[in-house]
Amino acid sequence: MLARIVVLIKQVPTTESVRLNEETGTMIRTGMDSAINPLDLHAVEQAVRIKDNAPDTTHITVLSMGPSQARSAIREALAMGCDEGILLSGREFAGADTWATAYTLVQGLRGLFPFDLVLCGERATDGETGQVGPMVAALCGLPLITYVNRLTWDEGTITACRAIEGGTEIVSCPLPVLACVLRELNEPRLPTLAGKVRAHELDITVLDGEGIGADKSLLGLAGSPTRVVKVIYPSFQRNTQLFLANDEGMEAALDHLETSLRRAP
Amino acid sequence: MTVARGVWVLGEQRNGRIHPVSYELLAWGRALADDLHVYLECVMVGTGITAAAKSLIAHGADRVRCLEHSELLTFRVDPYARIVESLVREHQPEILLAAATTMGRTLMPVLAAHLHTGLTADCTGLSIDPNERLLLQTRPAIGGNVLATIKTPEHRPQMATVHPKARRPLAADPSRVGEIVVETIDESLLGSRVLRLGFEEDLTMASSLQDAELIVAGGRGLRTAKRFSDLFEIAAHLGGVVGASRCAVDLGWASHAHQVGLSGKSVSPTTYIALGISGSPNHLAGMSSAERVIAINSDADAPIFQVADVGLVADLADLLPRWLDRLRARKRRDGQGGLGG
Repeated sequence: MLARIVVLIKQVPTTESVRLNEETGTMIRTGMDSAINPLDLHAVEQAVRIKDNAPDTTHITVLSMGPSQARSAIREALAMGCDEGILLSGREFAGADTWATAYTLVQGLRGLFPFDLVLCGERATDGETGQVGPMVAALCGLPLITYVNRLTWDEGTITACRAIEGGTEIVSCPLPVLACVLRELNEPRLPTLAGKVRAHELDITVLDGEGIGADKSLLGLAGSPTRVVKVIYPSFQRNTQLFLANDEGMEAALDHLETSLRRAP
Repeated sequence: MTVARGVWVLGEQRNGRIHPVSYELLAWGRALADDLHVYLECVMVGTGITAAAKSLIAHGADRVRCLEHSELLTFRVDPYARIVESLVREHQPEILLAAATTMGRTLMPVLAAHLHTGLTADCTGLSIDPNERLLLQTRPAIGGNVLATIKTPEHRPQMATVHPKARRPLAADPSRVGEIVVETIDESLLGSRVLRLGFEEDLTMASSLQDAELIVAGGRGLRTAKRFSDLFEIAAHLGGVVGASRCAVDLGWASHAHQVGLSGKSVSPTTYIALGISGSPNHLAGMSSAERVIAINSDADAPIFQVADVGLVADLADLLPRWLDRLRARKRRDGQGGLGG
């Protein structure tokens, strides 16, 4: 029987030179260097390892929401060994918060039913919320396993280790299931040249809001429960005593440091 | 339509004992409830909590809702989410807060998805906009370089998580009066397809970093891995543990377990010594509740100095070896003193 895996990925900026739309407080995602979210590579790697064990009976779909240049992030995943790429892209998706993003991905997932396993990274390095994976599971009605640092697939059941406070929890769940994985799960492979060539030749399906049968009022900024009110470069609060040390003053600086350490706060 | 009222915090218990993060959440919630002139309620899911609920009232709760069942002893997302969701739908709080623990970070997005409302992760500041009566949720954004303030104008409840240790609990006041409500559990909500097979305890670095009274933390300004490794010796001399900025972890100088900041751990030690850390909002979000901050950096304009009580502008390549010499010399002296009686 065919095992179907979907990996959710996100394209993130690789540079720190991110610009903001000052009216909406959302990120401007065009015209900057970007790549697949590093944590998503571990989800892709896990999927490809499952496929390594049963190459003829495993099918991996990569699903992402983003601007059209997010195709290149999907190609990175295809080059590692995934079979198919789908990009949800359209102006109506712009400005989505985590709820609207999860809703959009779930609409995309509906077109892929039935599947056995959905994998995603723990969080994206730009937004750093870690919310979209669990929200997708909730809106899809899928069982959810978060903080996965070990995962095995055996006869229709997933067994996973969860790295949580104070130790490791071991859980199991019959398929289908959604798992959010940690970087400790594995070491992502580098794509081979053949993989890159194959990825380049594969067509990536692009779907807009209509293509996934979405309720337009639930997409993008319009469908987002949250609004960014303002963005500031922070300033702070303490009454700092600043001590400038030059070559001659280094021992004096150390005296000052040690005196400060001895004094109770 | 009923108007959503009240501030709720989702407390945590471990093996039937109230986890201290619950008291931190009450400190966050108390300030908001006072501004809004509403009740602060603490929702506790688990077992053995009714008996301990008085301490939640002493720490600021006006009402504690206890959801007890033997099958709720450990966190499982499906039953916890269903039970809290049904309680939220029944009572309609305007604000729901939880800790950014693995439980809160798993449960809150699931709840927000089902309740169709907004959720802001890892807030470092929460306040009330008096004009609109809305929760203003502030968090580091875009790689932690700026602070974004976010609101949820129309959907309820307004949901947010806060890092553990980002705020100190209020002092317990045993004379505070509050109500303890034991909720009945609908057993049809307890099922889950995810089965817990076991738990392997592992008390690692991560917890000792959060419990440490003194942290010696290093960043990119140390410039070499060797210099970063000197921090372990300094920490040993001072009786502390080593923390690291995200840069230092990304450079491979320390493991992720040492990382302080939004993308690592929040810490609240008595003393935090920052060496060669410039102080991105990401980092500051994880350590600015330290009682005392001592910062050493070669750049006098580094933002870390804005949260420091004592700042030294110095070249660490020069200062660090001299400091180590002093610490080693003192240890030798103390050692000899000890032998001599």
